[in-house]
Amino acid sequence: MVKRKRNSIRNHSAESALFMRRTIVVFLGILLAVAVLFTNLYYLQINSFDTYKTRSNANRISVQTVPPNRGLIYDRNGVILAENRPVYSLQVIANKANDLKNDIKRLTKLLSLTDDEIEKFNKSNRYSRSFKAITIRDQLTPEEVALFTVNQHLFKGFSIQASLKRYYPFGNAFTHVLGYIAKINNRDLEKIEAKGERARYQGTHYIGKLGIEKYYEDILHGQPGQRQVEVDSWGKVIRTLSFTAPTPGKDIKLNIDINLQLKAQELLGDNRGSIILMEAKTGAILSLVSAPSYDPNLFVTGISQKKYQALLESRDRPLINRATQGRYPPASTIKPQMALLALDEKVITEETKIYDPGWWIVPNSKRRFRDWKRWGHGLVDVFHAIEQSCDTFFYDTSYKLGIDRIEPFMRLFGFGEYSGLDLAEETKAIMPSRDWKRERFNQPWYDGDTISIGIGQGYWTVTPIQLTKATAMLARRGDNIKPHILQSIISADETVTPEYDTSKKVTLASERYWNIALEAMQGVTSKRRGTAYRTFGDAPYTVAGKSGTAQVINIKEDEVYDADKISERHRDNAMFIAFAPFESPEIVATVVLENAGGGSTNAAPIARALFDEYFKAQEQVSPIPATSPADQ
Amino acid sequence: MVSTQAQKSIFYRLHIDPYLLLGLFALMSISLTVLYSVGGLDMLYRQVTRLAIALTVMIFIAQIPPEWYQRWTPAIFLVSVLLLIAVLVIGHTGKGAQRWLDLGFTKFQPSEIMKLIMPLMVAYYVSQFTMPTRFKQAFIALLIVVIPTLLIAKQPDLGTSILVASSGIFVLFLSGVSWIYIGLAVAAVLAFIPILWFFLMLDYQRGRVLTLLNPEADPLGAGYHIIQSKIAIGSGGLWGKGWMHGTQSQLEFLPERHTDFIFSVFSEEFGFVGVLLLLSIYIFLITRGLIIANQAQDAFTKLIAGSITLTFFVYVFVNIGMVSGLLPVVGVPLPIVSFGGTSIVTLLAGFGILMSIHTHKRFNIKR
Repeated sequence: MVKRKRNSIRNHSAESALFMRRTIVVFLGILLAVAVLFTNLYYLQINSFDTYKTRSNANRISVQTVPPNRGLIYDRNGVILAENRPVYSLQVIANKANDLKNDIKRLTKLLSLTDDEIEKFNKSNRYSRSFKAITIRDQLTPEEVALFTVNQHLFKGFSIQASLKRYYPFGNAFTHVLGYIAKINNRDLEKIEAKGERARYQGTHYIGKLGIEKYYEDILHGQPGQRQVEVDSWGKVIRTLSFTAPTPGKDIKLNIDINLQLKAQELLGDNRGSIILMEAKTGAILSLVSAPSYDPNLFVTGISQKKYQALLESRDRPLINRATQGRYPPASTIKPQMALLALDEKVITEETKIYDPGWWIVPNSKRRFRDWKRWGHGLVDVFHAIEQSCDTFFYDTSYKLGIDRIEPFMRLFGFGEYSGLDLAEETKAIMPSRDWKRERFNQPWYDGDTISIGIGQGYWTVTPIQLTKATAMLARRGDNIKPHILQSIISADETVTPEYDTSKKVTLASERYWNIALEAMQGVTSKRRGTAYRTFGDAPYTVAGKSGTAQVINIKEDEVYDADKISERHRDNAMFIAFAPFESPEIVATVVLENAGGGSTNAAPIARALFDEYFKAQEQVSPIPATSPADQ
Repeated sequence: MVSTQAQKSIFYRLHIDPYLLLGLFALMSISLTVLYSVGGLDMLYRQVTRLAIALTVMIFIAQIPPEWYQRWTPAIFLVSVLLLIAVLVIGHTGKGAQRWLDLGFTKFQPSEIMKLIMPLMVAYYVSQFTMPTRFKQAFIALLIVVIPTLLIAKQPDLGTSILVASSGIFVLFLSGVSWIYIGLAVAAVLAFIPILWFFLMLDYQRGRVLTLLNPEADPLGAGYHIIQSKIAIGSGGLWGKGWMHGTQSQLEFLPERHTDFIFSVFSEEFGFVGVLLLLSIYIFLITRGLIIANQAQDAFTKLIAGSITLTFFVYVFVNIGMVSGLLPVVGVPLPIVSFGGTSIVTLLAGFGILMSIHTHKRFNIKR
């Protein structure tokens, strides 16, 4: 064979040596290649171990925040005012869906989605990350839930989420007390971030926006829990690694009495205005109504732009909480305080009498101020002046007192200050002073300004809650009081009742001065000449009150106020403040009716009706403890 | 020979090399351990069956003296080339590539035979001449290499074509082709790369290369496999997450985790220490293979023993390189460890040839 021949002439040892050399070269090459592999593996497993471990965990561990249930809100009788109702919403995680556009199209057929819903969805889809759940429809009916569940397998990435939704069973009756919760928006997020509470709100969709819901957000919200789950590459949960249960928000009990609240709302009727009922001894708000109101549930589900715009632009300003944000001239309701100051400053005495011809002229001038009674009250003392609400008497008194004495004294009663009510929506209104006027108008203070202040007009404005507080302080002979809506915080094992400062705020030279002002206020309701005698003359309890009729527009010097001739919006505001019983004050009422006319004729009867209601209830369930039941 | 008299007598007569067998058993144990972890008992049994068949084939081939291969090599090579052509014409399509020939009772991959016969054919040719191989012979040998390689690459099966081509080229290299020619060849290949890229590679193959260069560019698409594989390997750390505790593999983040990506599973569960052990076993086998090659008695057996051993290393290098992000994903299994029938039979058949070479010596020269 040819091959054999060739082999025979081969130099075997030379070939072997060549082969050996090549083998060694190759082996060195192999070692080099293995070194490369090793270096790379060392880099992956040792140097980058932490990185890859983290990424591996990020792959498999998914942390789900379990939002806490929001605390419930009860009235003082335990009637539920804000509750959590189960609702079902349809959600989708965009990057888990197969074909989002097509899915939505099919879903439109299945659940007959409206164009609005689709547009809303498209919008949120554009602005949210693809792995975040987007809600398509918020409140599914049981039929819709069933319909979707049957077809669930056709919609990858879509799911029905059961959740609890805030519900306010009494609708607009409590809007201005409770406020509402609504979806967390970017501004809320910023606030949450600023407070460093981002983790706490992970998984929470709603936040208190107004009223008690906002003020006590911290208590009501609770602490979220956490569920650490292991997921496979499809995002399917394999097992729960750890679970920390959320701590539900604490339930709270309000001082509000459902019956008085509803009664007050009913009494307000179609009027614009506000009613506040408060316990004189504790500052507990029994009823706080502002009308017109609106349904807070609209905001929970997400109010439509159109409806919101309507609320916003309504002439009646329903979004304003008149009880705390409505600024009204106090009118004659502050005459008792004015009298106290005058007595204390010895500007008048119990015996001082002034002749009222129906007008008053600023000394050394021609400026004339008219009394509400055109023909005048004649000779009046301080009792008469309060009972009949004589303006001339207080023109004179305030002129003598001067703004520099009036302003600080009135501040003691809380005018121009926050009342301390547990609502964030409050204005200080205006307690004017020389400095205020200079700052506001860059003008000096004129004597005429003081004269208007004397009858609670001019620059002076107050809120109903300020009036309520001031009235209570009158009843308490100068003791401070802090109006509050919250009665107690109820958690599983304890009831916390907040405490408030009730120290003496107004000290007068003589206790007798208090008697004068308060007796005069009782005269308003009990003396035949009193402005509210017609309303309270036959009351089975004793009442001290004061009416007020505030001009909304300035009436020229010799013009006569004629309700019929003036457009409705320019009519006087009717006001009435009162407390009862006179001897041992339990309850304070403030009634403000916008453009309703005279205070004694329009506002006083409402106070009467509420007092009746209050005392009737006292007899029936007597005694509802004046202080909160938690003290016992 | 370093073996004792007793070993020599038993293993030599059975035509088995105990060192190779030990290394192979070690790899098979690792394979079964990892496969149980990712596939359970079912996959374990299936692999045990395959290993048994492959071992039988290996022992059978070891019994055949090298002269027999030498005689039949040209014929088998020719048939293999014809079969490759047949695959392209009437082949069975699986996973987008035509690799299988349906014989009725079984499906069969001619490219696997080519893996074995290629080094034999080149060795057959060059061993007719004295070493070192000259230019003309080297050129003809290259033709022998290129034709089947292109046929396989056209299926397309990049991994196998690389293995086939390298097994032939290794023979040439070991046969002592001048370094000048090698340098020229390397230059030619480099020049060929642009042609390959623009005219011969398919989109998906180009994609794999691009993915290799920057897997994070498309972490959920093309880069997903390689990223998840690197996470698996990296998160194994020094000691690994423990057997059956690899989250990447157990939770299905890893693709192809019982075949091509089994190294990632192993690294995740047994860590760098496990990787060290595994690579040691491979180096042990390769060293033993190269020793056998050097102790072989003629050029033909030397060349095929060397080529088989080096090709085995190419498997290891390409597989580990691709799952750890150094090389593009070309579909080369981790030898002996990856799940799969055909490749294991081919591999063990190669080891059978090595054993045959070592245990069929016509004359005993003391070295």
